[in-house]
Amino acid sequence: MIRLRSITLLAAIFAALATPAAAAEVGTHGVFILNSLLFLVSGFLVMFMAAGFCMLEAGLVRAKNTTTQLTKNIALFSLAAVGYYMVGYNLMYPLGSWAVDGVLSDLFPAIAVMEPVGAGADAVDDLSYAATGSDYFFQLMFCAATASIVSGTVAERIKLWPFLLFTLVLTAFIYPLQASWKWGGGFLDAAGFLDFAGSTVVHSVGGWAALAGAIILGPRLGKYKDGRVIPMMGANLPLATLGTFILWLGWFGFNGGSQLAMGTIGDVADISRIFANTNAAAAAGALVALVLTQLLYKKIDLTMVLNGALAGLVSITAEPLTPSLAMASLIGGIGGVIVVVSVPLLDRLKIDDVIGAIPVHLIAGIWGTLAVVLTNSDASLGSQLYGIIVVGAFTFIASGALWFAMAKTIGIRVSAEDEMVGLDNSELGMEAYPEFTTR
Amino acid sequence: MKYIVSIIQPNRLEAVREALSTLDLSGMTVTEAQGYGRQKGKSEIYRGAEYEVHFLPKLKLEVAVADDLTAQVIEIISTTAQTGKIGDGKIFVFDLLEAVRVRTGEKGADAL
Repeated sequence: MIRLRSITLLAAIFAALATPAAAAEVGTHGVFILNSLLFLVSGFLVMFMAAGFCMLEAGLVRAKNTTTQLTKNIALFSLAAVGYYMVGYNLMYPLGSWAVDGVLSDLFPAIAVMEPVGAGADAVDDLSYAATGSDYFFQLMFCAATASIVSGTVAERIKLWPFLLFTLVLTAFIYPLQASWKWGGGFLDAAGFLDFAGSTVVHSVGGWAALAGAIILGPRLGKYKDGRVIPMMGANLPLATLGTFILWLGWFGFNGGSQLAMGTIGDVADISRIFANTNAAAAAGALVALVLTQLLYKKIDLTMVLNGALAGLVSITAEPLTPSLAMASLIGGIGGVIVVVSVPLLDRLKIDDVIGAIPVHLIAGIWGTLAVVLTNSDASLGSQLYGIIVVGAFTFIASGALWFAMAKTIGIRVSAEDEMVGLDNSELGMEAYPEFTTR
Repeated sequence: MKYIVSIIQPNRLEAVREALSTLDLSGMTVTEAQGYGRQKGKSEIYRGAEYEVHFLPKLKLEVAVADDLTAQVIEIISTTAQTGKIGDGKIFVFDLLEAVRVRTGEKGADAL
Protein backbone atom coordinates (compact mmCIF):
# COMPACT_ATOMS: atom_id res chain seq x y z
CA MET A 1 0.00 0.00 0.00
CA ILE A 2 2.72 2.37 0.98
CA ARG A 3 4.83 1.37 -1.97
CA LEU A 4 1.84 1.77 -4.29
CA ARG A 5 1.25 5.24 -2.96
CA SER A 6 4.86 6.29 -3.47
CA ILE A 7 4.81 4.99 -7.01
CA THR A 8 1.69 7.03 -7.64
CA LEU A 9 3.42 10.04 -6.10
CA LEU A 10 6.49 9.49 -8.25
CA ALA A 11 4.31 9.26 -11.33
CA ALA A 12 2.60 12.49 -10.35
CA ILE A 13 5.97 14.21 -9.96
CA PHE A 14 7.14 13.02 -13.35
CA ALA A 15 3.87 14.14 -14.85
CA ALA A 16 4.27 17.52 -13.21
CA LEU A 17 7.82 17.85 -14.48
CA ALA A 18 6.68 16.99 -17.98
CA THR A 19 4.01 19.65 -18.10
CA PRO A 20 4.69 23.35 -18.72
CA ALA A 21 3.25 24.07 -15.25
CA ALA A 22 6.47 22.68 -13.74
CA ALA A 23 8.37 25.53 -15.28
CA ALA A 24 6.43 27.96 -13.13
CA GLU A 25 7.81 29.29 -9.90
CA VAL A 26 7.00 27.81 -6.51
CA GLY A 27 3.95 29.43 -4.91
CA THR A 28 3.98 31.55 -1.75
CA HIS A 29 3.35 28.57 0.51
CA GLY A 30 6.03 26.57 -1.25
CA VAL A 31 8.59 29.33 -0.76
CA PHE A 32 7.68 29.59 2.92
CA ILE A 33 8.03 25.84 3.34
CA LEU A 34 11.32 25.61 1.45
CA ASN A 35 12.82 28.56 3.32
CA SER A 36 11.82 27.05 6.64
CA LEU A 37 13.24 23.70 5.54
CA LEU A 38 16.55 25.39 4.69
CA PHE A 39 16.70 26.88 8.19
CA LEU A 40 15.86 23.60 9.87
CA VAL A 41 18.36 21.49 7.93
CA SER A 42 21.08 24.16 8.10
CA GLY A 43 20.29 24.71 11.76
CA PHE A 44 20.97 21.15 12.74
CA LEU A 45 24.15 21.13 10.67
CA VAL A 46 25.31 24.19 12.59
CA MET A 47 24.18 22.53 15.82
CA PHE A 48 26.54 19.67 15.07
CA MET A 49 29.39 22.17 14.94
CA ALA A 50 29.07 22.20 18.73
CA ALA A 51 30.24 18.59 18.63
CA GLY A 52 33.03 19.64 16.28
CA PHE A 53 34.29 22.35 18.61
CA CYS A 54 33.96 19.96 21.54
CA MET A 55 36.02 17.20 19.90
CA LEU A 56 38.61 19.62 18.55
CA GLU A 57 39.12 21.03 22.02
CA ALA A 58 39.03 17.66 23.74
CA GLY A 59 41.77 16.55 21.37
CA LEU A 60 44.02 19.58 21.79
CA VAL A 61 44.00 19.90 25.58
CA ARG A 62 46.06 17.66 27.81
CA ALA A 63 44.36 14.52 29.13
CA LYS A 64 44.07 15.93 32.64
CA ASN A 65 41.74 18.70 31.43
CA THR A 66 39.56 16.69 29.04
CA THR A 67 36.46 16.21 31.16
CA THR A 68 36.38 19.90 32.08
CA GLN A 69 36.61 20.84 28.40
CA LEU A 70 33.78 18.47 27.50
CA THR A 71 31.68 19.85 30.35
CA LYS A 72 32.30 23.44 29.27
CA ASN A 73 31.21 22.62 25.75
CA ILE A 74 27.90 21.01 26.59
CA ALA A 75 27.22 23.63 29.27
CA LEU A 76 27.95 26.59 27.01
CA PHE A 77 25.80 25.18 24.23
CA SER A 78 22.92 24.76 26.63
CA LEU A 79 23.43 28.16 28.24
CA ALA A 80 23.42 29.81 24.82
CA ALA A 81 19.93 28.37 24.33
CA VAL A 82 18.81 30.13 27.51
CA GLY A 83 20.57 33.45 26.90
CA TYR A 84 19.41 33.69 23.31
CA TYR A 85 15.83 32.76 24.19
CA MET A 86 15.51 35.08 27.18
CA VAL A 87 17.19 38.12 25.67
CA GLY A 88 19.34 37.56 22.58
CA TYR A 89 16.85 36.84 19.81
CA ASN A 90 14.80 39.98 20.23
CA LEU A 91 17.87 42.05 20.92
CA MET A 92 19.34 40.84 17.63
CA TYR A 93 16.23 41.19 15.45
CA PRO A 94 14.31 44.40 16.17
CA LEU A 95 12.31 43.96 12.93
CA GLY A 96 12.60 47.67 12.24
CA SER A 97 11.62 48.72 15.73
CA TRP A 98 14.57 50.46 17.39
CA ALA A 99 14.84 52.04 20.84
CA VAL A 100 18.02 53.75 19.68
CA ASP A 101 17.93 53.94 15.90
CA GLY A 102 20.15 51.27 14.32
CA VAL A 103 21.85 50.52 17.64
CA LEU A 104 19.46 49.06 20.20
CA SER A 105 16.40 46.95 19.54
CA ASP A 106 13.09 48.18 20.90
CA LEU A 107 11.92 44.58 21.30
CA PHE A 108 14.49 44.21 24.07
CA PRO A 109 13.96 43.01 26.71
CA ALA A 110 11.47 40.39 25.66
CA ILE A 111 11.69 36.64 25.36
CA ALA A 112 11.54 34.92 21.98
CA VAL A 113 8.04 33.76 20.97
CA MET A 114 7.21 31.39 18.14
CA GLU A 115 4.08 31.02 16.05
CA PRO A 116 1.04 29.28 17.62
CA VAL A 117 0.68 25.51 17.24
CA GLY A 118 -0.51 24.54 13.79
CA ALA A 119 -0.45 28.11 12.48
CA GLY A 120 -2.02 28.51 9.03
CA ALA A 121 -0.88 30.88 6.32
CA ASP A 122 -2.85 33.67 7.99
CA ALA A 123 -1.28 33.10 11.41
CA VAL A 124 2.43 32.85 10.58
CA ASP A 125 4.55 35.89 11.38
CA ASP A 126 5.89 36.43 7.87
CA LEU A 127 4.47 34.36 5.04
CA SER A 128 7.02 35.79 2.61
CA TYR A 129 9.95 34.54 4.71
CA ALA A 130 9.96 31.44 6.90
CA ALA A 131 8.52 30.03 10.11
CA THR A 132 9.71 32.03 13.12
CA GLY A 133 10.56 28.77 14.90
CA SER A 134 12.91 27.77 12.07
CA ASP A 135 14.53 31.20 12.00
CA TYR A 136 14.95 31.23 15.77
CA PHE A 137 16.44 27.72 15.75
CA PHE A 138 18.88 28.58 12.96
CA GLN A 139 20.00 31.85 14.52
CA LEU A 140 20.40 30.32 17.97
CA MET A 141 22.94 27.88 16.55
CA PHE A 142 25.07 30.80 15.29
CA CYS A 143 24.97 32.36 18.72
CA ALA A 144 26.07 29.07 20.30
CA ALA A 145 28.90 28.74 17.75
CA THR A 146 30.21 32.15 18.82
CA ALA A 147 30.37 31.00 22.42
CA SER A 148 32.09 27.74 21.45
CA ILE A 149 34.99 29.67 19.95
CA VAL A 150 35.94 31.19 23.31
CA SER A 151 36.22 27.99 25.31
CA GLY A 152 39.17 26.53 23.42
CA THR A 153 41.42 29.57 23.85
CA VAL A 154 40.96 29.87 27.62
CA ALA A 155 41.17 26.12 28.24
CA GLU A 156 43.23 24.36 30.89
CA ARG A 157 43.31 27.22 33.43
CA ILE A 158 39.94 28.93 33.63
CA LYS A 159 37.41 28.29 36.39
CA LEU A 160 34.28 26.61 35.12
CA TRP A 161 31.56 28.84 36.63
CA PRO A 162 33.06 32.24 35.71
CA PHE A 163 33.49 30.90 32.17
CA LEU A 164 29.82 29.94 32.09
CA LEU A 165 28.81 33.35 33.41
CA PHE A 166 30.82 34.90 30.59
CA THR A 167 29.04 32.61 28.12
CA LEU A 168 25.65 33.74 29.37
CA VAL A 169 26.50 37.43 28.94
CA LEU A 170 28.09 36.78 25.55
CA THR A 171 25.09 34.88 24.18
CA ALA A 172 22.41 37.07 25.75
CA PHE A 173 23.93 40.52 25.19
CA ILE A 174 27.31 40.91 23.49
CA TYR A 175 26.76 38.69 20.44
CA PRO A 176 23.12 39.66 19.74
CA LEU A 177 23.69 43.39 20.22
CA GLN A 178 26.52 43.67 17.72
CA ALA A 179 24.77 41.22 15.37
CA SER A 180 21.74 43.53 15.34
CA TRP A 181 23.94 46.28 13.93
CA LYS A 182 24.43 44.16 10.80
CA TRP A 183 21.94 41.32 10.56
CA GLY A 184 19.18 43.10 12.48
CA GLY A 185 19.28 45.92 9.95
CA GLY A 186 21.19 48.34 12.17
CA PHE A 187 23.74 51.05 11.46
CA LEU A 188 26.49 48.78 10.12
CA ASP A 189 24.05 47.35 7.60
CA ALA A 190 23.06 50.88 6.63
CA ALA A 191 26.75 51.77 6.22
CA GLY A 192 27.13 49.09 3.55
CA PHE A 193 29.09 46.64 5.69
CA LEU A 194 28.83 43.15 4.17
CA ASP A 195 29.18 39.91 6.11
CA PHE A 196 27.27 37.07 4.51
CA ALA A 197 27.48 34.36 7.17
CA GLY A 198 29.59 35.97 9.85
CA SER A 199 33.36 36.12 9.39
CA THR A 200 33.10 39.20 11.60
CA VAL A 201 29.68 38.95 13.23
CA VAL A 202 30.26 35.40 14.48
CA HIS A 203 33.89 34.35 14.15
CA SER A 204 35.77 37.54 14.92
CA VAL A 205 33.40 38.22 17.78
CA GLY A 206 34.24 34.84 19.29
CA GLY A 207 37.89 35.54 18.55
CA TRP A 208 37.89 39.01 20.17
CA ALA A 209 36.16 37.66 23.26
CA ALA A 210 38.72 34.83 23.40
CA LEU A 211 41.63 37.25 22.94
CA ALA A 212 40.43 39.49 25.78
CA GLY A 213 40.02 36.40 27.96
CA ALA A 214 43.47 35.02 27.11
CA ILE A 215 45.18 38.33 27.91
CA ILE A 216 43.44 38.84 31.25
CA LEU A 217 43.69 35.18 32.21
CA GLY A 218 47.38 34.86 31.36
CA PRO A 219 49.17 31.85 29.88
CA ARG A 220 49.13 28.35 31.30
CA LEU A 221 51.75 27.65 33.96
CA GLY A 222 55.07 26.78 32.39
CA LYS A 223 54.01 27.71 28.86
CA TYR A 224 56.60 30.47 28.50
CA LYS A 225 59.85 29.86 30.34
CA ASP A 226 63.12 31.77 30.03
CA GLY A 227 62.06 33.31 26.73
CA ARG A 228 61.16 29.91 25.30
CA VAL A 229 57.82 28.46 24.31
CA ILE A 230 57.14 25.13 25.97
CA PRO A 231 54.67 23.19 23.82
CA MET A 232 51.87 21.40 25.61
CA MET A 233 50.81 18.62 23.32
CA GLY A 234 47.18 17.83 22.69
CA ALA A 235 46.22 14.49 24.14
CA ASN A 236 44.19 13.07 21.30
CA LEU A 237 44.76 14.02 17.68
CA PRO A 238 42.16 11.59 16.29
CA LEU A 239 39.50 13.52 18.25
CA ALA A 240 40.90 16.85 17.05
CA THR A 241 40.76 15.61 13.45
CA LEU A 242 37.22 14.29 13.85
CA GLY A 243 36.22 17.63 15.36
CA THR A 244 37.66 19.47 12.37
CA PHE A 245 35.77 17.29 9.91
CA ILE A 246 32.55 17.80 11.88
CA LEU A 247 33.06 21.57 11.79
CA TRP A 248 33.77 21.38 8.07
CA LEU A 249 30.48 19.51 7.54
CA GLY A 250 28.55 21.88 9.77
CA TRP A 251 29.88 24.84 7.81
CA PHE A 252 27.75 23.89 4.82
CA GLY A 253 24.75 24.69 6.98
CA PHE A 254 26.45 27.75 8.39
CA ASN A 255 27.21 29.33 5.02
CA GLY A 256 24.55 27.62 2.90
CA GLY A 257 21.75 28.43 5.32
CA SER A 258 22.82 32.05 5.37
CA GLN A 259 21.38 32.39 1.88
CA LEU A 260 18.16 32.65 3.99
CA ALA A 261 16.01 31.52 1.07
CA MET A 262 15.50 28.37 -0.99
CA GLY A 263 12.28 29.10 -2.85
CA THR A 264 13.64 29.96 -6.28
CA ILE A 265 15.96 28.42 -8.86
CA GLY A 266 18.35 31.29 -8.19
CA ASP A 267 18.46 30.66 -4.47
CA VAL A 268 19.11 26.96 -4.88
CA ALA A 269 21.83 27.62 -7.44
CA ASP A 270 23.37 30.12 -5.04
CA ILE A 271 23.28 27.69 -2.13
CA SER A 272 25.01 25.14 -4.34
CA ARG A 273 27.72 27.66 -5.22
CA ILE A 274 28.13 28.42 -1.53
CA PHE A 275 28.58 24.73 -0.66
CA ALA A 276 31.20 24.28 -3.36
CA ASN A 277 33.07 27.48 -2.46
CA THR A 278 32.99 26.68 1.24
CA ASN A 279 34.54 23.29 0.57
CA ALA A 280 37.17 24.73 -1.75
CA ALA A 281 38.25 27.30 0.84
CA ALA A 282 38.58 24.70 3.59
CA ALA A 283 40.57 22.37 1.35
CA ALA A 284 42.91 25.17 0.29
CA GLY A 285 43.44 26.29 3.89
CA ALA A 286 44.39 22.76 4.91
CA LEU A 287 46.69 22.23 1.93
CA VAL A 288 48.51 25.51 2.40
CA ALA A 289 49.15 24.72 6.08
CA LEU A 290 50.29 21.23 5.07
CA VAL A 291 52.86 22.55 2.61
CA LEU A 292 53.97 25.50 4.73
CA THR A 293 54.63 23.45 7.87
CA GLN A 294 56.56 20.92 5.78
CA LEU A 295 58.71 23.70 4.33
CA LEU A 296 59.19 25.64 7.57
CA TYR A 297 59.60 22.81 10.05
CA LYS A 298 60.69 19.92 7.81
CA LYS A 299 57.76 17.93 9.16
CA ILE A 300 54.02 18.43 8.76
CA ASP A 301 52.18 19.68 11.84
CA LEU A 302 48.73 18.07 11.83
CA THR A 303 47.30 20.52 14.36
CA MET A 304 48.20 23.39 12.04
CA VAL A 305 46.64 21.57 9.09
CA LEU A 306 43.42 21.22 11.08
CA ASN A 307 43.56 24.90 12.02
CA GLY A 308 44.30 25.69 8.37
CA ALA A 309 41.11 24.00 7.17
CA LEU A 310 39.11 25.92 9.75
CA ALA A 311 40.82 29.21 8.88
CA GLY A 312 39.92 28.56 5.24
CA LEU A 313 36.30 28.10 6.29
CA VAL A 314 36.26 31.27 8.38
CA SER A 315 37.89 33.21 5.52
CA ILE A 316 35.17 32.31 3.03
CA THR A 317 32.31 32.89 5.47
CA ALA A 318 31.97 36.64 4.85
CA GLU A 319 31.40 36.02 1.15
CA PRO A 320 30.89 32.40 0.12
CA LEU A 321 28.62 33.23 -2.83
CA THR A 322 30.31 35.56 -5.31
CA PRO A 323 33.82 34.04 -5.60
CA SER A 324 34.69 31.51 -8.28
CA LEU A 325 36.08 28.18 -7.08
CA ALA A 326 39.57 29.47 -7.83
CA MET A 327 38.99 32.67 -5.89
CA ALA A 328 37.42 30.74 -2.98
CA SER A 329 40.52 28.54 -2.91
CA LEU A 330 42.76 31.58 -2.86
CA ILE A 331 40.78 33.23 -0.07
CA GLY A 332 40.81 30.00 1.98
CA GLY A 333 44.47 29.36 1.20
CA ILE A 334 45.43 32.71 2.67
CA GLY A 335 43.55 31.58 5.79
CA GLY A 336 46.03 28.69 5.92
CA VAL A 337 48.95 31.12 5.69
CA ILE A 338 47.43 33.17 8.52
CA VAL A 339 47.39 30.13 10.79
CA VAL A 340 50.97 29.08 10.17
CA VAL A 341 52.25 32.64 10.63
CA SER A 342 50.13 33.80 13.55
CA VAL A 343 50.20 30.75 15.84
CA PRO A 344 53.93 31.26 16.66
CA LEU A 345 53.40 35.04 16.62
CA LEU A 346 50.83 34.84 19.43
CA ASP A 347 53.27 32.70 21.38
CA ARG A 348 55.91 35.37 20.97
CA LEU A 349 53.44 37.83 22.48
CA LYS A 350 52.86 35.32 25.30
CA ILE A 351 49.18 35.07 24.48
CA ASP A 352 48.37 31.46 25.20
CA ASP A 353 45.66 30.24 22.83
CA VAL A 354 45.35 26.51 23.49
CA ILE A 355 43.62 25.46 20.27
CA GLY A 356 44.43 28.34 17.90
CA ALA A 357 41.01 29.98 17.96
CA ILE A 358 42.46 33.50 17.69
CA PRO A 359 44.32 32.88 14.39
CA VAL A 360 41.45 30.78 13.02
CA HIS A 361 38.44 32.86 14.03
CA LEU A 362 39.73 36.37 14.70
CA ILE A 363 42.55 36.92 12.24
CA ALA A 364 41.13 34.79 9.42
CA GLY A 365 37.76 36.38 10.18
CA ILE A 366 39.21 39.83 9.59
CA TRP A 367 40.86 38.62 6.39
CA GLY A 368 37.63 37.04 5.15
CA THR A 369 35.70 40.23 5.84
CA LEU A 370 38.22 42.27 3.86
CA ALA A 371 38.27 39.70 1.06
CA VAL A 372 34.61 40.43 0.29
CA VAL A 373 35.79 43.42 -1.78
CA LEU A 374 37.68 41.05 -4.10
CA THR A 375 34.57 39.50 -5.58
CA ASN A 376 31.54 41.52 -4.50
CA SER A 377 31.24 44.88 -6.22
CA ASP A 378 28.72 46.06 -3.61
CA ALA A 379 31.44 45.98 -0.96
CA SER A 380 33.87 48.78 -0.22
CA LEU A 381 37.08 48.52 1.72
CA GLY A 382 36.02 51.47 3.84
CA SER A 383 32.76 49.99 5.06
CA GLN A 384 34.37 46.58 5.58
CA LEU A 385 37.05 48.18 7.78
CA TYR A 386 34.39 50.21 9.53
CA GLY A 387 32.46 47.05 10.43
CA ILE A 388 35.58 45.19 11.53
CA ILE A 389 36.69 48.06 13.78
CA VAL A 390 33.28 48.81 15.31
CA VAL A 391 32.49 45.17 16.05
CA GLY A 392 36.04 44.48 17.18
CA ALA A 393 36.28 47.46 19.50
CA PHE A 394 32.87 46.84 21.02
CA THR A 395 33.41 43.11 21.56
CA PHE A 396 36.96 43.45 22.83
CA ILE A 397 36.05 46.21 25.29
CA ALA A 398 32.79 44.64 26.46
CA SER A 399 34.26 41.18 26.97
CA GLY A 400 37.51 42.59 28.35
CA ALA A 401 35.54 44.58 30.93
CA LEU A 402 33.56 41.50 31.90
CA TRP A 403 36.64 39.25 32.16
CA PHE A 404 38.40 41.95 34.18
CA ALA A 405 35.47 42.51 36.54
CA MET A 406 35.19 38.79 37.17
CA ALA A 407 38.94 38.45 37.65
CA LYS A 408 38.88 41.17 40.32
CA THR A 409 35.84 39.77 42.15
CA ILE A 410 35.06 36.06 41.88
CA GLY A 411 38.37 35.20 40.19
CA ILE A 412 38.59 33.48 36.83
CA ARG A 413 41.69 31.37 37.24
CA VAL A 414 42.18 28.16 39.18
CA SER A 415 45.01 27.94 41.71
CA ALA A 416 48.48 26.94 40.52
CA GLU A 417 48.16 23.65 42.34
CA ASP A 418 44.79 22.85 40.75
CA GLU A 419 46.19 23.74 37.35
CA MET A 420 49.10 21.35 37.79
CA VAL A 421 46.89 18.53 39.03
CA GLY A 422 44.49 19.20 36.19
CA LEU A 423 41.05 20.77 36.08
CA ASP A 424 39.33 17.42 35.80
CA ASN A 425 40.47 16.67 39.32
CA SER A 426 40.02 20.11 40.85
CA GLU A 427 36.87 21.33 39.09
CA LEU A 428 35.01 18.08 38.59
CA GLY A 429 36.66 15.25 40.45
CA MET A 430 36.06 13.17 37.36
CA GLU A 431 38.72 12.11 34.89
CA ALA A 432 38.24 11.37 31.22
CA TYR A 433 40.53 8.35 31.35
CA PRO A 434 40.57 7.17 34.99
CA GLU A 435 42.49 4.02 34.12
CA PHE A 436 45.55 5.92 32.90
CA THR A 437 48.08 8.04 34.71
CA THR A 438 47.96 11.64 33.50
CA ARG A 439 50.84 14.11 33.61
CA MET B 1 71.67 -18.35 37.12
CA LYS B 2 71.66 -14.97 35.49
CA TYR B 3 69.05 -12.21 35.34
CA ILE B 4 69.17 -10.34 32.03
CA VAL B 5 67.57 -6.91 31.78
CA SER B 6 67.38 -5.46 28.27
CA ILE B 7 66.21 -2.00 27.25
CA ILE B 8 65.03 -2.27 23.65
CA GLN B 9 63.12 -0.36 21.01
CA PRO B 10 59.39 -1.15 21.41
CA ASN B 11 59.02 -2.16 17.78
CA ARG B 12 61.72 -4.87 18.16
CA LEU B 13 59.89 -6.76 20.91
CA GLU B 14 58.13 -9.25 18.67
CA ALA B 15 61.31 -10.14 16.79
CA VAL B 16 63.21 -10.62 20.05
CA ARG B 17 60.44 -12.72 21.55
CA GLU B 18 60.28 -14.91 18.47
CA ALA B 19 64.03 -15.40 18.37
CA LEU B 20 64.19 -16.21 22.07
CA SER B 21 61.39 -18.73 21.74
CA THR B 22 63.81 -21.05 19.90
CA LEU B 23 65.61 -21.49 23.24
CA ASP B 24 64.30 -23.42 26.17
CA LEU B 25 63.23 -20.39 28.19
CA SER B 26 60.13 -20.70 30.32
CA GLY B 27 59.19 -17.04 30.45
CA MET B 28 59.98 -13.37 30.25
CA THR B 29 58.62 -10.09 31.62
CA VAL B 30 58.06 -6.91 29.62
CA THR B 31 57.52 -3.42 31.07
CA GLU B 32 56.82 -0.17 29.23
CA ALA B 33 59.63 2.22 30.08
CA GLN B 34 60.90 5.69 29.23
CA GLY B 35 64.47 6.81 29.28
CA TYR B 36 67.46 8.32 27.58
CA GLY B 37 71.02 7.29 26.93
CA ARG B 38 73.85 9.00 25.11
CA GLN B 39 71.33 10.18 22.51
CA LYS B 40 69.73 12.48 25.14
CA GLY B 41 66.22 12.38 23.68
CA LYS B 42 65.29 14.17 20.48
CA SER B 43 63.96 17.48 19.25
CA GLU B 44 60.53 18.03 17.66
CA ILE B 45 58.27 20.94 16.70
CA TYR B 46 54.67 21.42 17.89
CA ARG B 47 52.67 24.37 16.59
CA GLY B 48 55.83 26.23 15.62
CA ALA B 49 57.67 25.78 18.91
CA GLU B 50 60.66 23.48 19.15
CA TYR B 51 60.83 21.19 22.13
CA GLU B 52 62.99 18.39 23.47
CA VAL B 53 61.64 14.96 24.12
CA HIS B 54 63.90 13.94 26.98
CA PHE B 55 62.49 10.50 27.64
CA LEU B 56 61.85 8.21 24.73
CA PRO B 57 59.56 5.21 24.97
CA LYS B 58 61.37 1.89 25.39
CA LEU B 59 60.55 -1.58 26.59
CA LYS B 60 62.31 -3.26 29.45
CA LEU B 61 62.62 -6.98 28.85
CA GLU B 62 63.59 -9.22 31.76
CA VAL B 63 64.56 -12.90 31.60
CA ALA B 64 65.97 -15.25 34.20
CA VAL B 65 68.17 -17.92 32.62
CA ALA B 66 70.33 -20.85 33.55
CA ASP B 67 74.08 -20.12 33.31
CA ASP B 68 74.61 -22.26 30.21
CA LEU B 69 72.03 -20.26 28.24
CA THR B 70 73.29 -16.81 29.20
CA ALA B 71 75.66 -16.24 26.29
CA GLN B 72 73.07 -17.39 23.76
CA VAL B 73 70.34 -15.16 25.17
CA ILE B 74 72.61 -12.13 25.12
CA GLU B 75 73.64 -12.93 21.57
CA ILE B 76 70.06 -13.35 20.37
CA ILE B 77 68.78 -10.16 22.01
CA SER B 78 71.68 -8.05 20.81
CA THR B 79 71.35 -9.23 17.23
CA THR B 80 67.56 -9.18 16.91
CA ALA B 81 67.00 -5.91 18.78
CA GLN B 82 69.66 -4.22 16.70
CA THR B 83 68.70 -1.79 13.94
CA GLY B 84 72.10 -0.10 13.83
CA LYS B 85 70.59 3.28 14.63
CA ILE B 86 71.09 5.29 17.78
CA GLY B 87 68.67 4.31 20.56
CA ASP B 88 68.74 0.52 20.08
CA GLY B 89 69.16 0.05 23.83
CA LYS B 90 71.34 -1.86 26.27
CA ILE B 91 71.60 -5.26 27.93
CA PHE B 92 72.48 -5.63 31.59
CA VAL B 93 73.37 -8.98 33.16
CA PHE B 94 73.07 -9.71 36.89
CA ASP B 95 73.96 -12.71 38.96
CA LEU B 96 70.72 -14.26 40.15
CA LEU B 97 70.90 -15.46 43.77
CA GLU B 98 67.67 -17.33 44.03
CA ALA B 99 64.46 -18.12 42.20
CA VAL B 100 61.24 -19.53 43.65
CA ARG B 101 58.20 -20.82 41.82
CA VAL B 102 55.38 -19.47 43.95
CA ARG B 103 52.86 -22.17 43.10
CA THR B 104 55.01 -25.18 44.05
CA GLY B 105 57.79 -23.76 46.17
CA GLU B 106 60.48 -25.17 43.82
CA LYS B 107 63.76 -23.32 44.08
CA GLY B 108 66.85 -22.55 42.02
CA ALA B 109 67.15 -23.60 38.39
CA ASP B 110 64.07 -25.80 38.73
CA ALA B 111 61.99 -22.70 39.34
CA LEU B 112 63.02 -21.01 36.10
